[in-house]
Amino acid sequence: MTADELHTLTGAYVLDALETDEEREAVERHLAQCDTCAHEVRELSETTARLGLAVAAPVDPALRAEVLRRITDVRQLPPATRPFGRTPGGPQGLRRLPRWALAASVAGLVALGGVAGWQYERAEEADRRAAVAEERAEAVAAVLAAPDARVSTARLADGAVGTLVHSPSLDRAVFAAAGMPAPPPGKVYQLWYDDSGTMRPAGLMTPGAATSAVLLEGPANRSAGIGITVEPEGGSPRPTSDPVATMAMPEA
Amino acid sequence: MREHARVGGGPVPDRGDGLPELMDRVARGDQEAFAGVFDRVSGPVLGVVRSVLRDPAQSEEVAQEVMVDLWRSAARYRPDRGSVLNWALTLAHRRAVDRVRSEQAASDRARRVALLDHSPAYDEVTEEVESRLDRERVRRCLRGLTERQRQSVTLAYYRGLTYREVAELLSLPLGTVKTRMRDGLIRLRDCLGVTA
Repeated sequence: MTADELHTLTGAYVLDALETDEEREAVERHLAQCDTCAHEVRELSETTARLGLAVAAPVDPALRAEVLRRITDVRQLPPATRPFGRTPGGPQGLRRLPRWALAASVAGLVALGGVAGWQYERAEEADRRAAVAEERAEAVAAVLAAPDARVSTARLADGAVGTLVHSPSLDRAVFAAAGMPAPPPGKVYQLWYDDSGTMRPAGLMTPGAATSAVLLEGPANRSAGIGITVEPEGGSPRPTSDPVATMAMPEA
Repeated sequence: MREHARVGGGPVPDRGDGLPELMDRVARGDQEAFAGVFDRVSGPVLGVVRSVLRDPAQSEEVAQEVMVDLWRSAARYRPDRGSVLNWALTLAHRRAVDRVRSEQAASDRARRVALLDHSPAYDEVTEEVESRLDRERVRRCLRGLTERQRQSVTLAYYRGLTYREVAELLSLPLGTVKTRMRDGLIRLRDCLGVTA
């Protein structure tokens, strides 16, 4: 799509009337690079809010009571820390990082790309993901948020960037990769702890996702680092190939 | 930036006097402040969701999810990107539209068309809502649009149709619908005096 065509879509965009996610993402990428368009989208979006205000409906007090009851059990997300509308053309995979991982990007170690801002995101997608992997997410978040979390990043092969976070107090580690090429068909990326040269299985990276933050399975403190290999689907008890990447545990 | 929402009634526990201030407190876990936000935005949220989904029970369920989501992600709200109300309604509209489209599966287009077999969406509002002034103003500005513009905007916003669905329904070329959506909203924006 040309810039002009994308610009024409600002109306359909704020009305949630685009046909596909791809189309929406194309518009959002364009917005990140076009201040005039982003401004127009803000104004048109506020205009749709007036359309919404005009159909306001009375809310049942029972609904109010229920929501106020529910929120007492709902944990709040931390603020997003990423910059607005930066790095056009940045690695697209990055935006698939779960939002809590973005938020906890631990002092911005993970560079973030290609998203125009919260208004234009689909919070509910993140919710769905979070719901699916809530427990794991909680554990990942706990590691990222641990006061003693140590972080290192490394450039992996093919321009991918890996971030390793280790919390000695939790004895756990989280690995996040951005921009990794998809594994060959029928293969997965498997994570390993490096226990003084012995590779201990530490779980699989989300199949099909170019980017993901993974809680490594098992204790982290006794390992000197981690490795990633390409393994047959389902993973292997032992590495069957040379690592495509290795990282040392971050220093304190 | 104006905040119009006063729907839902009830006193707003007040330290700050506006929604952004309340949101700021909500972001820090203030449940009382959230009740204030709820009272100001839940009416429009429910209205938008119901307008798209139509089914009252389902609408209440989705509106509830949206409100809980506002609590959950309060710290993500950025005043420089738009009003609290807009943020809430953006979430509400998307959630409603997603619900409709996920249920809709291609076979269910007929239901969709049946839904459309109503008078214009914006006329179906109950009279007892407190935002009558806002509603009158919007209605007046909608009348200032061309018919194509008005249909394109309202079918998308109030019914959750995609531009392709609008184009099919109105037998217009896709490009025309895209353009009408944009220039219709621009005209509405100017009529309503919206700035951002």
